[in-house]
Amino acid sequence: MSLHVDAGQPTRTPIPPSRRRAHPRSGRSFLTWLDLKAAPYLLISPYYLLFLAFGLFPLGFTLYYSFFDYDLTGTVEWTGLGNYTAMLGDASFWKAVVNTLAMFVIATVPQILLALLLANALNKRMKAQLFVRMGVLLPLVTSVVAVAVVFTQLYGRDWGVINWILSWFGVDPIDWKAERVPSWIAIATMVDWRWTGYNAIIFLAGMQTIPKDLYEAASIDGASRRRQFWQITIPMLRPTMIFVVLNSTIGGLTLFSEPTTFYNGNVHGGTDSQFQTVSMFVFEQGFREFDYGYASAAAWLLFLLILIGSAINFLLIRRIGGNK
Amino acid sequence: MISKSRRGRLLAVAAVAALTLGAAACGSDDSSQPAAGGESSAASGPITITLQTFGGGKNFGYKEAVDKWNAEHTDIKIKYDNLTDQFEQVYWPQMIQWLQSGAGAGDVVGIDEGGMGLAKAHPEWWADLGEFGLQNRQSDFAAWKWENGVTADGKLFALGTDVGGMSLCYRRDLFEKAGLPSDRDEVSKLWPTWDDFIAVGKKFQSKVKDTKFVDGTNTLYNVVLVQEAAKNGNVSYFDKDNNLIVDKNPAVKTAYDFAQKISQEGLTAKLRNFTPEWNTGMKKSQFATLGCPSWMLGVVSGDGGAGPDFKGKWDVAAVPGGGGNWGGSWLAVPKQSKHPKEAAQVLDYLTGKDAQVSVFNYAGNMPSNLQAQQDPAVQGAKNEYFNDAPVGDIFAKSASALQPVFLGVKHAQVKNAIESVVSAIDDGSVPYANGWQKLVDDAVKAAG
Repeated sequence: MSLHVDAGQPTRTPIPPSRRRAHPRSGRSFLTWLDLKAAPYLLISPYYLLFLAFGLFPLGFTLYYSFFDYDLTGTVEWTGLGNYTAMLGDASFWKAVVNTLAMFVIATVPQILLALLLANALNKRMKAQLFVRMGVLLPLVTSVVAVAVVFTQLYGRDWGVINWILSWFGVDPIDWKAERVPSWIAIATMVDWRWTGYNAIIFLAGMQTIPKDLYEAASIDGASRRRQFWQITIPMLRPTMIFVVLNSTIGGLTLFSEPTTFYNGNVHGGTDSQFQTVSMFVFEQGFREFDYGYASAAAWLLFLLILIGSAINFLLIRRIGGNK
Repeated sequence: MISKSRRGRLLAVAAVAALTLGAAACGSDDSSQPAAGGESSAASGPITITLQTFGGGKNFGYKEAVDKWNAEHTDIKIKYDNLTDQFEQVYWPQMIQWLQSGAGAGDVVGIDEGGMGLAKAHPEWWADLGEFGLQNRQSDFAAWKWENGVTADGKLFALGTDVGGMSLCYRRDLFEKAGLPSDRDEVSKLWPTWDDFIAVGKKFQSKVKDTKFVDGTNTLYNVVLVQEAAKNGNVSYFDKDNNLIVDKNPAVKTAYDFAQKISQEGLTAKLRNFTPEWNTGMKKSQFATLGCPSWMLGVVSGDGGAGPDFKGKWDVAAVPGGGGNWGGSWLAVPKQSKHPKEAAQVLDYLTGKDAQVSVFNYAGNMPSNLQAQQDPAVQGAKNEYFNDAPVGDIFAKSASALQPVFLGVKHAQVKNAIESVVSAIDDGSVPYANGWQKLVDDAVKAAG
C-alpha cells in the first residue's frame, strides 16, 4: 500500500515546485501562495486544531488505553481485549445499558410527539406570536443542575410535592430514587422539561418551509386539517425529523447530568444503580474506581451503542411517508 | 482595485496568523502566570494557605481555631474550605486526581482513616513534614495514630486530628413521647446489647408512628462493624497483607446481619447517611437515635444537620455492645503546595493542643492529640447542644485506649460499594435474601 502512495506522489508533485522555482526569490509569489492556498486552511484551522486537541486526541487515547489494565493509583498493564470481554459479562454494565435505553425511550417518544403537536399549534396565526414561540424555549435557558435540583425535590419520597398530590388519589408514597421504573420516569420528565420546547421550535422552523399552496390544494380537494397534518406536514418534515431524532438519540444515550444530580452528585445512580446510565458507569469506573482502561472500553462501547441507535432511528425515520 | 482587495486579504491572513500565535502565546502563558502571581503575592501580601476538608455539619470543627489564627497572623492566612459531605464518593476520588495530576489540591488537606492506606502507599504525593521540624510531635500522639502518618520508607507525611470513640445519640423529647426514660444514664441501661436496642426500638415504634427509631441501615452498620472488628484482630475489609476478607471476616457478616435486622423490623427511616434527605430527616424529626462517634456530634449540631432548633433535645448515651473506633482523620501537606513550610506551620497549629481543644468545644470531635485529651477543658467538657451531656467523660476517658482498625489500600472504594448494598436492602431495591451475596460480589469487584 505504502509503495503505491510513494509511487503516485512523484508524478503529481513535480509541477508545483517548477512553478515556484520560476520566481524563486520573489517575496510576492510567497505572499500570493499564502493568500490563495494557505489562507483558507489557516482560517478554518482553529476549529480543527481544537477538535484535534479535545476531540480526536482523547478518542485515540481512550482507544489505546482500553487495551490496558490502567489503574490511576497503580500500574498500567496490557490486557488486549480483556476489558471488552470482561465488560460483556459484567451485569452492572448491562444494567446501565438497559437503564439508558429505557430512559431514552420513556423520554424521547413523548417528547417528540409533544414537540410536534406544540409546533403545529404554534404554526397557526395567533396573538403575541413571537412571545409564545420564544416562551417554549424558556426551559432550555435554565441550567441543567437547577432543573435537576428542583425536580429532585419535587420527586422527594417524604416531602415531595408529587407524592403529596398522588396521596390525594390514595396512592402510597413512591420512593422515586429506589424504585427502578419510577426513577426512570422522574428523570425522563426532567429531560422532557428541558428539550421539548427546543425540538418544537426546530419542528416549527421546518413547518414554515413547507409551501402554503400544498395546503391550499389539499383544502380545495376537501382534505381535513388532520389529514393535511399526516399527509403533508409529517412527510415534508422528514429532514427536520431526522435531525431532531438523531440529536435526541445522541443526547439521550449520553445522559449524565440529570440522573447524577438526582442522586446528589453520586454517579452510582441509586443504591442499586437503578438509574445509572452508561456515561455514569464510564465516569464511575474511571474517576471513582480509577480503572481507566475499563472506563475507556466502556466509553467505546457507548460510542458503538450510539452508532447503532442512530442508525436504527435513521432507518425508521426514513420510512416516514416513504410511499411518497 | 485588485491590489487593494489583495491587501485586504493579506491583512486577514496576517490577522489570523497573529490570532493563532497570540492564542498559542496565551496558552503557554497560562501555566506560568499563576506561579508568578503566587510569588509576587508572597513578596507583598500575606500567604494564603488553603485548608481542604470534608464532612457534614461542622465537619472538622476548625472554624473557631481558624478564625483565631487569622486574627492573630498577618503574614499567613488560612482559607478553610470544606468541600463536601461525602468522603469516599466525592472528596477522596477528586483529591486523588488532584494529587496524581499535580494541581488542584489545597496546601493542607484532610484525609479520613479510609484513605490513609492509599495515601501511605504514595509517598510521592506528600511533602515531608520532618523537613519542617514536625518530627518532634511524636509524643503528642498514640503510637498507632503517629505510625499511620508515616510512609513505608519512613517519611512523616500526616498528623492525626481526631479519633472516633463511640456513643449513641438520642432525642430526649421523642423518648418521653414513647414513654421511655429520657435520662442518659437510664437510657444507657436500657441497651447493654444490640438485641436490647432492637427491643427498645420495637417498644418505641409501637408508641410513636411518625418517627422511626434509627436513621437507616448505614450508620449502625458501621458502628457494629468497628465493634466487631476489634474482636476479630482489628481488621475489617482487608487483612494486614491487603487481601480482601469481606467474605471471611465474621465482623462484616455480623454487622450486615444487624443492619438487615433493624431494616426488617421496620425500625429504619430508610435514609442514607450524609445525603440531603438524611439532613432533612434530622430537621423533620424522622428518626430518634443515631450512632455517634465523637465527630458525629458536630454533624448533628451543625446548620446542615439538625441545627439550632433542636438544641437541648438531643442527648448522648452509651452505645450498646461496648466501645469502638469509627473514623478519625489526619492532615497532610501535598507536595504540589507552593508554600509547604507555611502549610506545615498551619498543620502544626491545627493538630496542636490549643486548636484541638477549641475543636472539641466547638464541634465535639475528639482530639487525637494526647495533651488535648488530658486537658481539663476537654476532660470536664459538657456539650450544651446535647443537653449538657458530659462528652469529656464519655469520649475523652476512653480515647487513649482506642485501638485502630486496619484499613487496606482500597478500603475507600470497597466501603463505598458495600454501603450502597447496605442502603439498598433498606430501600427495598435489593431483596434481603440477595443482600449478603451482592455485598460480597460488589466488594470483590470494587477491590479488583
